[in-house]
Amino acid sequence: MTNAPILSLQNLTMRFGGLLAVDDLSFDAKRGDITALIGPNGAGKTTVFNCITGFYEPTSGGIHVTHDDGKKFSLEKLPDFKIAQRVHVARTFQNIRLFAGMTALENLLVAQHNTLMQASGYTLFGLFGLPGYRKAEREAIELARDWLERTQLTDRADDPAGSLPYGAQRRLEIARAMCTRPVLLCLDEPAAGLNPRESDELNVLLRSIKNETRTSILLIEHDMNVVMEISDHVVVLDHGKKISEGTPDFIRNDQKVIAAYLGVEEDAVEEIEAEVGL
Amino acid sequence: MEYFLQQSINGFALGSIYGLVAIGYTMVYGIIGMINFAHGDIFMVGTFIALIAFLILVAIGITAIPLALFLMLLIAMLLTSLYGWAVERIAYRPLRGSFRLAPLISAIGMSIVLQNYVQLAQGARVKTLQPLITGTHTVLDLGNRFVVQISNIQILIVLTTLALMTGFTWIISSTSLGRDMRACEQDLKMAALLGVDTNRTISLTFLIGAALASVAGMMYLLYYGVIDFHIGFVAGVKAFTAAVLGGIGSLPGAMLGGLLIGLIETYWSAYFSVQYKDVAAFSILIVVLIFMPTGILGRPEVEKV
Amino acid sequence: MSATRTGNASVLSHALKDALIAAIVAFGLFMLLLGFLTDDSRGPLRLLSRPVLLATTVGIVFVGRFLISLLYYNAAALRYYLGELWTAICNFAREFKIALLVVLLLIGGGWIFFSPKDWPLILITVATILIGVRFGFSAALLVFAALFPVAFYNNPYFLGIAIIILTYVMLGWGLNIVVGLAGLLDLGYVAFYAVGAYSYAIIAQAYGWSFWVCLPLAGLFAAFFGILLGFPVLRLRGDYLAIVTLAFGEIVRIVLLNWVSFTNGPNGIGSIPRASFFGIPFNATDEGFAAKFGLEFDPTHRTVFLFYVILALALITNWVTIRLRKLPVGRAWEALREDEIAVRSLGINPTNTKLTAFAIGAMFGGFAGAFFATRQGFISPDSFTFPESALILAIVVLGGMGSQIGVAIAATVMTASFELFREFEQFRLVIFGFAMVGIMVWRPRGLVSTREPTAYLKERKTISVEHVAEGRG
Repeated sequence: MTNAPILSLQNLTMRFGGLLAVDDLSFDAKRGDITALIGPNGAGKTTVFNCITGFYEPTSGGIHVTHDDGKKFSLEKLPDFKIAQRVHVARTFQNIRLFAGMTALENLLVAQHNTLMQASGYTLFGLFGLPGYRKAEREAIELARDWLERTQLTDRADDPAGSLPYGAQRRLEIARAMCTRPVLLCLDEPAAGLNPRESDELNVLLRSIKNETRTSILLIEHDMNVVMEISDHVVVLDHGKKISEGTPDFIRNDQKVIAAYLGVEEDAVEEIEAEVGL
Repeated sequence: MEYFLQQSINGFALGSIYGLVAIGYTMVYGIIGMINFAHGDIFMVGTFIALIAFLILVAIGITAIPLALFLMLLIAMLLTSLYGWAVERIAYRPLRGSFRLAPLISAIGMSIVLQNYVQLAQGARVKTLQPLITGTHTVLDLGNRFVVQISNIQILIVLTTLALMTGFTWIISSTSLGRDMRACEQDLKMAALLGVDTNRTISLTFLIGAALASVAGMMYLLYYGVIDFHIGFVAGVKAFTAAVLGGIGSLPGAMLGGLLIGLIETYWSAYFSVQYKDVAAFSILIVVLIFMPTGILGRPEVEKV
Repeated sequence: MSATRTGNASVLSHALKDALIAAIVAFGLFMLLLGFLTDDSRGPLRLLSRPVLLATTVGIVFVGRFLISLLYYNAAALRYYLGELWTAICNFAREFKIALLVVLLLIGGGWIFFSPKDWPLILITVATILIGVRFGFSAALLVFAALFPVAFYNNPYFLGIAIIILTYVMLGWGLNIVVGLAGLLDLGYVAFYAVGAYSYAIIAQAYGWSFWVCLPLAGLFAAFFGILLGFPVLRLRGDYLAIVTLAFGEIVRIVLLNWVSFTNGPNGIGSIPRASFFGIPFNATDEGFAAKFGLEFDPTHRTVFLFYVILALALITNWVTIRLRKLPVGRAWEALREDEIAVRSLGINPTNTKLTAFAIGAMFGGFAGAFFATRQGFISPDSFTFPESALILAIVVLGGMGSQIGVAIAATVMTASFELFREFEQFRLVIFGFAMVGIMVWRPRGLVSTREPTAYLKERKTISVEHVAEGRG
């Protein structure tokens, strides 16, 4: 087991034409931690995610993931599907992307594609139903069943994903990402659109993922209830730059962060707080 | 050099015709996002209407060429746009907001209907019209064995295309119809919410597209003098290729794509082989799309994750 | 607008108004193209006028639109009565299931008694219905297909049509992999059909290898072309993909047309070796099939043999597709149709996934092409034009994308009606085109608009099509 951080960003910069979306960003996410990435709208959080998961190729800078066995990967030049396939970084999306016409169970089976593909001898053994593949498929269904239980979706396993209620779709997307057996799970606003009870359940789920599967989590979130309660480390972005990082308690009281959220200069914060009676 | 110049002139005339047809594809695609597969056949119907209109004009004694041409143009535009409107009304409007492939299949159905209807009505034989506009001008004569010429019909084609393009650009940029069309192109639902009569706008789009195709059809008839019920398919595929090459949804793109396809085809026929001219046009389409997946002037598609 | 609210007089006047407008539009549409005929049979082009034809057509449009309007304004009532009738029929059938079966058997028995000559036809009807009642529609269709040559042995015309239908069923199933499962719109599928046919014809003629050796080769060549097409177009989406596949189909056809030294150009390739029964040819010689099996020579033997060959090929296509859907590669196809970005986020290589869909779909097209070549004995580029691609695509879409049984039904109905009305020539094509429009308006997602899940935890529930995507590729 290595002590290196699971994820390390060095001087990451992403430019779209004239727009500098991410500006020289560096931070580490520790192994086994829940790291939260917060910031006002348009701060560049999702862009950072898209760079990490390979949907965008960063303009410059480095992204490194180190596995438990010490194996190190550079992500900045890898295409999206290879990052998921080889480096085992899984993600969810801000606007849910499920396979709506497939059942919840099928969604989780698609996530185990690479394992099953090998077991099916790249389709050939599977075509003739050889025992090796049948066993692998049973195991895949078992793993899916396990995750359906953890996300309380067992009853809806055979319903099309598109017919599930919003909160269930969010959970199913997390279950699907977990079925790829990731070392790093990137969640893009998992609590968006959830009611308070559902967001509490989400906290429980994320904690259990952290404690039971030892998967590190990187999370973008606006819901401060979720962020403050479960994250071990918080990184704050504004206008593509890191303005602060530290424990939730530290961030909660950081003037720079409050200023960024209020959209004012740092020295104006106390004035405003006095005005609203804080 | 002279040979090259001559081929460029020929290619330009052919490209103008493709461009006019391509506008119909690109407009419809821009607004309702469907490939109007029957558009090539609307072009073909346009050639037939122009032919019959001309023969009627001759029969009733209007033989002054400019007047005959003008009336021919008017009748062709009017009646062909009626076809464009009818096709939209019958085959596409009931499918508005339906699944993506349904209008495509419906359009293929309409294309089959139009082709076979014209074959039934006018027979399968090729119709030949004597050239109406003759005469050529020498553009360049260096005293070599080759003289570069431009014919009156080529001048007419390019001028008509220019005039129509100007008029059309004016409609799009400066009239309330044009504004409605641009709004529908951006967001059909939102335009409807803001009180744009989307059905009317879409109908008018088909109407204008068909009218432009009929002008192209008439030019084709005058230029080549040979038509049959089957020309719509090849012309349609070429024009659609032109629209995609230029960047579908973009009007200048359609014209540019049309000219490019016309030029490529002509150069290829002149320098390599006539048989493989379509292969050349299609191969260039494929190559361009590989490097510019949304065409030359199309808006680059940013993948929203 | 319901009849009760508007009143009958008003309905009538509305309908009349509609009909009048339609007639005016029809007059505008038909005035030149139907009203006049350009005739060049004697010398230069001249015009003949056809007022009667024009008047009749406009009249038909007027009356037709009037009737449709009447029906439309009374649609609610009409739908109600039709629904009642249908429920009554269903109830009756459920109540008297056994009695109906007995009646059916009695009719069959009586028919055999009075006309023993027809026994195969009766056998196939009764067997199909019995199997259908017990095991469902698909099984009935299979039994019907398997017994078809027995029942129609004396009717080579029907057998011929059945062979054509099965060829299209197979092509439909092949394209279904690409369009229905992977959601990639392919407008040039006929290219693979052509590649299969030409590779079979050329290999079989050049090397004299038998059908059973050439068939897999033809499939492999077609699959190779599928990959060849797949590579450049993988980056393209939606309608760009559609136009490039169309262009590819045209390129293949133009090359076949012009590469005379290799393909014999527009004249096509003739006297292609016929398929043999494991080395025994179907001819009247002593070495022929009839002589070997002690039968009298009959050209129908070959037809029946071809029927079973294409039936087997089609069933293999079906079996492979059904198996593939339940394998990771098939699930990845469907996932790709639903959401490509999500597929990539799960570590699935979209390039390979699309390529396998193209290659496997193309392979079945190639098999069908090889069969076509050996059945016809003659092929030319004329058989591989764009309308052919459009027809196969229409079969897939009309059948219901992704549904095997739907595609089979659509292929049967379309090809059969196409063949049976051959004497009406262009008129049948006009109707055919309108039918395509009509079916799309009636059922935009095709005949079978449900999706069967490929795995289940507790119970298998059919998925309504409203959730299923069509793919943007």
